[in-house]
Amino acid sequence: MTSRPVALGRELWRRPGGRAGIVALALLMLIALIGPFVLPSPTAQGDLLTESLLPPGAGHLLGTDQLSRDILSRIVNGLRLSLIIGLVSAFLAVLLGAAVGLIAGTRAGLVDTLLMRTVDALLAIPRLFVLLLVLAVWDRVPLPALVLLLALTGWYGTSRLVRAETVRLRGEDFVRAAEALGAGRLRIALRHLLPNVAAPILVAGTLGVGDVILLEAGLTYLGLGIRPPTPSLGGMVLDSRAVFATAPWTSIFPGLVIVLTVLSVNLVGDALREALDPRSA
Amino acid sequence: MTWLARRALQAVVTALIALTLLFFLIRSLPGDPLAILSEDRPLTSEQVRDLQRRYQLDQPVGAQFTSFMGGALRGDFGTSIQYGRPVTQLVLERLPRTLLLGAAVLLINFTLGLWLGVQQALHRGRPLDRILTTLSLTGYAMPSFWLGLMLVLTFAVRLHWLPAAGSQDPGLDGSGGATLVLDRLRHLVLPALTLAAVSIASSMRYQRAAMLEALRQPFVVAARARGLTRDRVVWGHALRSALPSVLTLFGLWLPILVVGAVFVEQVFAWQGLGSLTAGAAAARDYPLLMGTAVVATAAVVTGSFVSDVLHSLLDPRARVE
Repeated sequence: MTSRPVALGRELWRRPGGRAGIVALALLMLIALIGPFVLPSPTAQGDLLTESLLPPGAGHLLGTDQLSRDILSRIVNGLRLSLIIGLVSAFLAVLLGAAVGLIAGTRAGLVDTLLMRTVDALLAIPRLFVLLLVLAVWDRVPLPALVLLLALTGWYGTSRLVRAETVRLRGEDFVRAAEALGAGRLRIALRHLLPNVAAPILVAGTLGVGDVILLEAGLTYLGLGIRPPTPSLGGMVLDSRAVFATAPWTSIFPGLVIVLTVLSVNLVGDALREALDPRSA
Repeated sequence: MTWLARRALQAVVTALIALTLLFFLIRSLPGDPLAILSEDRPLTSEQVRDLQRRYQLDQPVGAQFTSFMGGALRGDFGTSIQYGRPVTQLVLERLPRTLLLGAAVLLINFTLGLWLGVQQALHRGRPLDRILTTLSLTGYAMPSFWLGLMLVLTFAVRLHWLPAAGSQDPGLDGSGGATLVLDRLRHLVLPALTLAAVSIASSMRYQRAAMLEALRQPFVVAARARGLTRDRVVWGHALRSALPSVLTLFGLWLPILVVGAVFVEQVFAWQGLGSLTAGAAAARDYPLLMGTAVVATAAVVTGSFVSDVLHSLLDPRARVE
């Protein structure tokens, strides 16, 4: 018998959406990994008079922006940043959500009620507004802090999912058996409950990557996320606003890369959900 | 206590906890709003003290908290730094435009979105279902601000079919009713389409799932067996049983719309709450940002309450905790 991850991988590959998502995501990651070593520096400026706003062509495959910088190179570097932020933030968020969900689910009573009421209230404040409030005061937020902020505002849904699953499993025979054998609360949570709630966590985490990438691009577009000169996809769309009518390539390509990245992540997430819960297909 | 009273109480408690969390979030931040305000215009210590008094930063935390909660409950969020006018007044001025945009998007999502979802369920697993799923997922993956710019580029800059920004043509002030209405509608098309495109995926997906569930029910099979036409069964029987659960979507949509409106209104210079929020964030206008955050939170809590109530009216089984 094959192991669970291998079997899951096969299930994903069997679905057209999953396969397309995996291939596209692998390509994007490869480009983000290798690109910066091959391409010119994303902050290198050409001659401002002759090389600004060049349309896509031989010298610059995707053209140049108003500061004569190579757009392809800026996109590749922005993509790398988006992927890192998305993956790290979503991972931290899922970790936090799983921890809170397991605690609430295994400790019935006051702790559970307090945690879940707080989560209800947190879910009621749209995530973007919390981030806007924080970033409006925290000028020039460092990248690790931005990643952490995105994680701290992204765990509520996961915690609810994990709690619901935990409560459902608490009464199952295998958990009772472990209790009867004298296993402690922590051991039951980590050894017996966690592996059984891994599926929804995996799905939520994958879909969370796409959400974070979109959110970061949006914050940067509003002038609050990643600051220039660091190249970012949302920042490129923001910079293009003054010139996009006459030089549309400055905004078309960075946006397309955001769509492609988020779409491939979500395709993988959807395929995961279907593979783990065939009823949802 | 009746179900309705309990659900209403729960909504109020959620809103109060959310307000408390918002207040302490601001208090716990490392930055100093006054420092950012005075960044490019040095203030005398007298002016700083005056500002501190005006925004009650010289009071102890407890006093600030009671004053914040009291103000929030009375609908008083202080004065906007950027505009020098009461936050509540600004919010009320901008509200109608956002409601208009939101209503247009809800209309598209509730009609087109549900119809497409039904088509997907009827063609489950076939090319039409696949194509629609891919399209809606692509819409969901689009940054709304970028899609907005692309639509402006196509329909305003290149084709000159529709206006690029604003919500009315200032040159039409003296014109008659029909011209004005048409002008408003023309301005509404692109922002509404943008917001609908990025949010329609969730209604399609929900409707597809609810419809598939309904089509499996014995009474649907029985209706078909009695010789009713396919259309009659789909639109009369199955859709009717699928609708209540789809209504809960309303609560799910509001956060998406509220957040989407911030970007879309900013792109189209649509004078609503979203662009007010985006402008407040850019200008570090703290009281104003707090005011719009509270309005957004209230909208989410109310939306989920209303959708629960609607759901329970249509399907009493939903009245369990």
